[in-house]
Amino acid sequence: MLKNNGKSYGWISIVVHWLMAIVILFVFGLGLYMVNLTYYDAWYKGSLALHKSLGMALLILLAFRMFWRVINSKPAELAGPKWQQISASLMHRGLYLVMLLLLVSGYLISTADGAAIVVFDLFNAPALPWSVENQEDIAGEIHLVLSWLLVAMVTVHALAALKHHFINKDSGLTRMLKVDTVD
Amino acid sequence: MKNFLLASTFSAVTLLSGFTHAADYIVDREGVHAAINFKVQHLGYSWLTGRFNNFNGTFSYEKDKADAAQIKIVIQTASLDSNHAERDKHLKGDDFLDVGKYPTSTFTSTEYKVIDEKSGTLTGEFTLHGITKTISFPVEKIGEGDDPWGGYRAGFSGTTTLKLADYGIDYNLGPASTHVELELHIEGIRQ
Repeated sequence: MLKNNGKSYGWISIVVHWLMAIVILFVFGLGLYMVNLTYYDAWYKGSLALHKSLGMALLILLAFRMFWRVINSKPAELAGPKWQQISASLMHRGLYLVMLLLLVSGYLISTADGAAIVVFDLFNAPALPWSVENQEDIAGEIHLVLSWLLVAMVTVHALAALKHHFINKDSGLTRMLKVDTVD
Repeated sequence: MKNFLLASTFSAVTLLSGFTHAADYIVDREGVHAAINFKVQHLGYSWLTGRFNNFNGTFSYEKDKADAAQIKIVIQTASLDSNHAERDKHLKGDDFLDVGKYPTSTFTSTEYKVIDEKSGTLTGEFTLHGITKTISFPVEKIGEGDDPWGGYRAGFSGTTTLKLADYGIDYNLGPASTHVELELHIEGIRQ
């Protein structure tokens, strides 16, 4: 039940997938919103603190998810043309890569001057011992571009899931919603 | 041959410049005996300080003809440093300096009025955020003379206060933070 099987994802994959999906969409909106807050808005500092904490939480979840992905089996490929199967696989890998780069770029903004990131007042994520010149600006540009790229990719990924559900009428969406152990 | 050419060119330049300006100085950036600092009030409760790490400057100055003194400073705005990456990113972004669009800030003097041997008033064109204004501010001469390594140096200090809105920077930092104080400390090595 917890692990993936030949037909569907297990509960651990399902919970981590949807948890990250919700948090990612939330921090995306929060990020666009918070940069427009003015200095005298009460949430000027709090919004950034929350954005950073959630980002670091996502990084931990992503690390666990990649680990889980490697040690776990994967449900069988859905029926369909070869190019669609390859596209799906490339999209999944691409999502992992863009999420990773996006989270790392965010980390590099806040830690550019050597300051640690306070994660929910629970612990500090320390800065790297080195940095490049104008790191906060370069990482910032990358962070913004990648955030839109990720949301665009998520949109295509979601549309593909809906297409599997409503047009192909296969388990493309349901196997990520509930565990199917029936053989 | 190459060295001879270099040497000849060097002497020629030195001679020529010798005739035009008797005392041209290059701001000692290599040894970092120069600083451009800023400070602005935070909420009206304290001073927030920062600096520009990259800038170049030249000046000409002669004790006996101080009225003819000239200076030009070019600041790389992206080198702003307030020791807090997130704030630096904000200050360099389009809410403030917009360093992508305005990578340099320059000051070119037009007049130096001597008050006495140690002080004067410097007037010039200051460009920040793409807007040029004529500003005047007091300058203090700290000293000049031989250095221990065979060179000759002279150093000055000046402080001026800018209204951010004059330079098209109108982000609301509160009523106590509409002005920024800019401090220039320079030491030049005579060429």
